[in-house]
Amino acid sequence: MSTALYANTLAELAEQLATGKVSAVELTQAVIDRASTVEDRVKAFNSTQPEDALAQAAASDARRSAGEARGPLDGIPIALKDVIAVKDQPLTASSRMLQNFVSPYDATVTEKLKAAGAVLWGRANCDEFAMGSSTENSSFGATANPYDLTRVPGGSSGGSAAALAAGEAVATLGSDTGGSIRQPAAFCNVVGLKPTYGLVSRYGLAAFASSLDQIGPFARTVEDAAMVLQVIAGHDRRDSTSFRTSIPDYRAALADKKGPWKLGIPKEYFGAGLDPEVAAAIEQAITFYREQGCEIREVSLPHTEHCLSVYYIIATAEASSNLARYDGIRYTHRSAEAKDVVDLYFKSRAEGFGPEVKRRVILGTYVLSSGYYDAYYLRAQKVRTLIRQDFLKAYEEFDAILTPTSPTPAFKFGEKASNPMAMYLSDIYTIGVNLAGLPGISVPAGFTSAGLPVGLQLIGQPYAEADLLAIAHAYDSAHDWRTRQPDL
Amino acid sequence: MNYEAVIGLEVHVQVKTASKIFTRVAQGYGQPENTLTDPVVLALPGALPVMNKAALDAIIKAGLMLHCDIAEVCKWDRKNYFYPDSPKNYQISQYDQPICLGGYVEIELPGPSRNVMGEHKQIPLTRIHLEEDVGKLTHFANDSLVDYNRAGTPLMEVVSEPAIATADEAYAYLTALRTMMIYAGISDCDMEKGQLRCDANISIRPVGAASLGTKVELKNLNSISYVRDGIAHEIKRQLALVKSGGVIVQETRDYDGIAGTSQSLRSKEEAHDYRYFPDPDLMPVRVDEAWKTRLAAECPERPFDKQRRFMTEYAVPYTITSVLVPDRALSDYFEASVAAAGPAKAQAVANWIINDLLRELGAAGQELGDTKVTPAHLAELVGLIEAGTLNSNIAREVFAETFTSGEAPAAVVERKGLKADTSTDELEQWCRDAIAGDAKAREQFLGGKESAINAFKGPVMRASSGQANPKLVDETLRRLLAEN
Repeated sequence: MSTALYANTLAELAEQLATGKVSAVELTQAVIDRASTVEDRVKAFNSTQPEDALAQAAASDARRSAGEARGPLDGIPIALKDVIAVKDQPLTASSRMLQNFVSPYDATVTEKLKAAGAVLWGRANCDEFAMGSSTENSSFGATANPYDLTRVPGGSSGGSAAALAAGEAVATLGSDTGGSIRQPAAFCNVVGLKPTYGLVSRYGLAAFASSLDQIGPFARTVEDAAMVLQVIAGHDRRDSTSFRTSIPDYRAALADKKGPWKLGIPKEYFGAGLDPEVAAAIEQAITFYREQGCEIREVSLPHTEHCLSVYYIIATAEASSNLARYDGIRYTHRSAEAKDVVDLYFKSRAEGFGPEVKRRVILGTYVLSSGYYDAYYLRAQKVRTLIRQDFLKAYEEFDAILTPTSPTPAFKFGEKASNPMAMYLSDIYTIGVNLAGLPGISVPAGFTSAGLPVGLQLIGQPYAEADLLAIAHAYDSAHDWRTRQPDL
Repeated sequence: MNYEAVIGLEVHVQVKTASKIFTRVAQGYGQPENTLTDPVVLALPGALPVMNKAALDAIIKAGLMLHCDIAEVCKWDRKNYFYPDSPKNYQISQYDQPICLGGYVEIELPGPSRNVMGEHKQIPLTRIHLEEDVGKLTHFANDSLVDYNRAGTPLMEVVSEPAIATADEAYAYLTALRTMMIYAGISDCDMEKGQLRCDANISIRPVGAASLGTKVELKNLNSISYVRDGIAHEIKRQLALVKSGGVIVQETRDYDGIAGTSQSLRSKEEAHDYRYFPDPDLMPVRVDEAWKTRLAAECPERPFDKQRRFMTEYAVPYTITSVLVPDRALSDYFEASVAAAGPAKAQAVANWIINDLLRELGAAGQELGDTKVTPAHLAELVGLIEAGTLNSNIAREVFAETFTSGEAPAAVVERKGLKADTSTDELEQWCRDAIAGDAKAREQFLGGKESAINAFKGPVMRASSGQANPKLVDETLRRLLAEN
């Protein structure tokens, strides 16, 4: 059976577009048609703009026929998580607070994708303000996992992962603060890359936790992810935390950089709570790398046990301040009931924010309060440094670190929704990467007996995405897990 | 028991940069509401701040002018509080690592008369830090409107030690600080435009006591005079309260400059917890020696240093320097004129600037920068007078011509034939006639009454139709009187 047009890899479609085998309009129409078939069940999008997408596709075709194609992404339909600004399009962050907000400006990644000719379509659902691990915290309803519609797609970038898995886009962007790209990628059998902090501009990304947030691609293969990263990476003078570094040719690095590599297996990531079927899949991946001649040894990241608490102090502290701008005064939801300005703040925020956002804003406000700052925030920053040092020490011996992406496969709707702590544990293997500012990638690594996808996480050295992608590509290109399409 | 006041001032100074502190939108005053905005100013989702280096340059210069230590590393903190004039509901400021530490402001207290230099003191500073200004709220009967044009304007906060003793010292402090900021081009310090704003912390204590009394913060001091009056009023209020057995409570009071009264705004219990933490969107700033050296070279001479130099180098009196120096352009004009005329003529140059140029500028409603009278013109004019070519009356006429047309004084003299009559024969005859005409005055002068010489000058000037050079007349009269 030949692969449906919408299910092809970006690399294949770029080739087909380049050779005229398919037009951007045909491809975009195929994606739109696919979405109209599956979206009522998957609910990956908060909004879609088919006419606008087709107009972009027509413009791409016109460029190509004039010999002015802008590169491999020209004409490729790409959906963005609904926390990334696109001029004149809704930007809701899946929150009632921003239900009617239309962005008057483009995020830097949006500008870059537009400049590369990508067809931007669809605002992908997510947990409200990217706070969550299941997309159940969206104010506009949960997204379903295409591989099992009774299960979550992961989160917070669940819509981006599900849209790609369901064939509703060829690639998507998400944001990752504690695992929000990698965990849904693992749950939905796609590749998800969280770049090194500072590699991709955060300008235009509705901030959750500024020192942890990073935009990254979802793609069907590591090669596809490399192609998207190529476009969105690079210094941006509008983001003071963006790093000045030269951007290598990531796609070329996949072939150029050859193993064998030294891979560290952190013992702390294989303890209690790890699903045996996930463990088995990761063992097989380890075996694969060993057979490729890689040196695989155990390593210790001794401060791992503190990751979760450090994360929930730093992330919530920053969030409590970042979300203060959503106040009922200018462009947000405004309560109709308010009697004075203080009442306006209270009622607008009470009505506009969902329970998880409120929980984190309250926690973050508390840890920054006078008298508690030193004990919580300051101490958490110190431990954060230790966590980063754990990784950097490991990189004296290893090229990358290999772990499961998530301790379990996708869970059922409602299974963890009433227990925040259980939900937070879903990110136990991904959070350390954000705290340390490192690049991490989740690659499809098989299925459980129930047919649920499992993800393999590889963690690289700072700004060494080229190496990380090459290591991931070695596994990805030797396996065909992606060809197991969801039954929709 | 005798009490003394202890005053600390917190002065906010808007920094005059082309664009705002964390984005490229222009800053400015008096523009249509909400036009100086962008995603960063309005705190739209996803907007990020980027430091404006020009604002850092300005505060480092301010620190160098005020003798501060410039921190090697400073950082940005978020001061969290909700208010509709603050778009992010946090203000980016500097909490525990400000860029300028210590330093002092040299002040001059009022002297016994305006012709006598007053006592100079150094008021120590705690710190100067940089932050962003907020927007402006306007309240109406049923609603309030907010204008974010001012939001994000770079703002320096200059914090003094509690080391100011009187309202006059506070006045002198603000005057000196303002002059210095204007001198260095850091701010225009127009209080009506909110470019300089001052809050005062005031307490009293028994004279000689080591610890400080309970402080009251006085806000809304909208002019330098209001600062002085408000502080004087608050000290009086506290003294009266204590002497009547009352207790001073820690509070913030609002001063009404027109009514000369104050009322409580809020007490300490309502104080905010600002939940300061380092802004994760901005990197710390490292200031290296080369940067400081470059800025130090751009700093002008401090006004009081310049005043002292004018008095010693050019031997001009205090009264004149106290007019010339506070205005940097005027003092530059003076120095340029002296350079052209020669230092010996400094006093004459200064007189012409203060008596004639400033008067004409005022009458014409012009600024110094508008005038057609160049320093070279002024030097030329003074030279013509010194040479005896012009007497002062004619010189004023020539000056008026130059002021109006920009024609050089020598050219005016030439064109209008305004030369003072230097024919010594004619002058000598007028003088002889005058002496002969008043034997009594001659007798008095020769008898030692110096002022009697003036009696001859009127007739001489009349005879010359006012054209004679008074200096020459005086010399000739003395010579002739001595001959007799």
